[in-house]
Amino acid sequence: MVERARTLDIACHALLILGGLLVCLPIYFAFVVGSHTVSDVLTIPPPWLPGRHFFDNTVTAWQKGNLGRLFLNSLIVAVGITVGKIAVSLLSAFAIAYFRFPWRMTAFWLIFASLMLPVEVRILPTYEAVANVALPLQWLLDALDVGRWFGVEITLDWNMMNSYGGLILPLIASATATFLFRQFFLTVPDELCEAARIDGASPMRFFWSVLLPLSRANMVALGIILFLYGWNQYLWPLLFTTDKSMATAVIGLKNLIPQSDSEPAWNIAMNAALLVMLPPVIVVMALQRWLVKGLVDSGK
Amino acid sequence: MVGLKRAHYRETRLPMLLLLPQLLVLLLFFFIPAVRALSQAFVITDAFGTSVQFVWFDNFHRLFLSPEYRSAAWITLWFTLVQNILTIVVAGALAFATDRVIRLRGLYRSIVLLPYAIAPVIAGILWAFLFNPSVGPVAHVLKAVGIAWDPNRSGFDAFLLVTLAASWKHICYDYIFLVAALLAVPPSLLEAAAVDGAGPWLRFRRIALPMIGPTVFFLVTMNFVYGFFETFAIIDAVTHGGPGGATMILVYKVYLDGFVHIDLGSSAAQSVLLMIFAIGLTLLQFRYADRRINYDV
Repeated sequence: MVERARTLDIACHALLILGGLLVCLPIYFAFVVGSHTVSDVLTIPPPWLPGRHFFDNTVTAWQKGNLGRLFLNSLIVAVGITVGKIAVSLLSAFAIAYFRFPWRMTAFWLIFASLMLPVEVRILPTYEAVANVALPLQWLLDALDVGRWFGVEITLDWNMMNSYGGLILPLIASATATFLFRQFFLTVPDELCEAARIDGASPMRFFWSVLLPLSRANMVALGIILFLYGWNQYLWPLLFTTDKSMATAVIGLKNLIPQSDSEPAWNIAMNAALLVMLPPVIVVMALQRWLVKGLVDSGK
Repeated sequence: MVGLKRAHYRETRLPMLLLLPQLLVLLLFFFIPAVRALSQAFVITDAFGTSVQFVWFDNFHRLFLSPEYRSAAWITLWFTLVQNILTIVVAGALAFATDRVIRLRGLYRSIVLLPYAIAPVIAGILWAFLFNPSVGPVAHVLKAVGIAWDPNRSGFDAFLLVTLAASWKHICYDYIFLVAALLAVPPSLLEAAAVDGAGPWLRFRRIALPMIGPTVFFLVTMNFVYGFFETFAIIDAVTHGGPGGATMILVYKVYLDGFVHIDLGSSAAQSVLLMIFAIGLTLLQFRYADRRINYDV
């Protein structure tokens, strides 16, 4: 602080407290409603203070929403996206930053072109791609008329609907992480690579023993962002999981929300909402410093 | 060579192998779908999927003439604009205050950051409950002070509700960047200005604001990306685009026309238009990357 300005400081505190209250308001009321019975929720005026049925409602929500299974699905998908994307991106960023080879610039532009289109704008064709991953191969076969050579009709079908692969792979297909690692590799001193080479280390050895340990901070920071991204996915799981036991926790929660004509079990729904947001909230609170670093770096 | 390390290897097989997983995933789930969307935008498929007819720009022509599409475009524009202004102004004020206070700074920051962990759909559900006309506490207060409120009937109320929910979810993102940017403003400049008699507000306007300008520009672009593409879940959880299309944003319409109304040609044409827009936004972001270097923040 440069000078003393009491009024301004008080105003700043007041502003931050107000902001904090606004952030907490919806969460607080989710907690209040989540701790009452249905009939209490429906009274007028609505309850303003927490009741005593929080854990009863948690048990009900857990069973009614099959949340045990759905939490497992969410965990697998979120970890799969995190690990998959980091692994794939590290390798390709290494190739692009550290190797000189034909088609290097082509590969570079192919990868970074994918930065431009968010998943949401190519919903329908990506859906088709997941419904039958072998479709492109089928077109090739049809175009070349391969079937006729052998006198049979060839139909390829590889459906990834309702599978972890279908939930994970399309979300790995973007270059944000590659871009981040490439930026980082460009800041690594050239001397390290030269020294490794003089010591007789192969490129992969240099990657494993020098580059990976150096990237650890970036991997953690990015890992947090990707975990939250994976856990909080909505559109993809909504489309790709027709089988209820393959849905994610977020989708399961959506199904617990009372529609206007059914029984208004808001207490169960809001309790479930708190449960589903708990894992990412813990991650953010525990690893806040890393999250901030990851976000600010990826914005560069 | 762009972006190649001075110390690099000359090999061909190994880098190709390293790139293979990324390129394969991109090919299957990015390039082929993008090309499919492009090709579908120029054809009409009949209801049974048996005949496909090439129709040039008919799908686009139909789209521009359709009042629903035009209304969705306007609503998206308003929605993203209001959300954008609300988000950046509130985040800016909170960041300024955070930069100023010393005590409790960590606590404030943790709380404001909280919505980052919360899925957009959950944000939507939380706000939908608060403002639910029959059970919501805030709706009850509104009724008590005599404000007629019903997002299920009034388009304006529904629009307000999704805008609030979307901003609530996104303020933390802008806030993180603005706090970091303010922290990077050199204290020596601020102190020198203070010695010359500049007050806190003048210092913010004349020194901090120009220096964080590129960050603000970046955030505005990112807010547009968020408003256009990532608010799907909020709309789906809170209003389903209703009432009467009052919250029908473009991304939701692509989904509705493609998966519910099965009008593939129209949905694909809408996707293509959104793609063009997304590319425009990305190019804007690249401009930010250039300008950062000039300002050296």
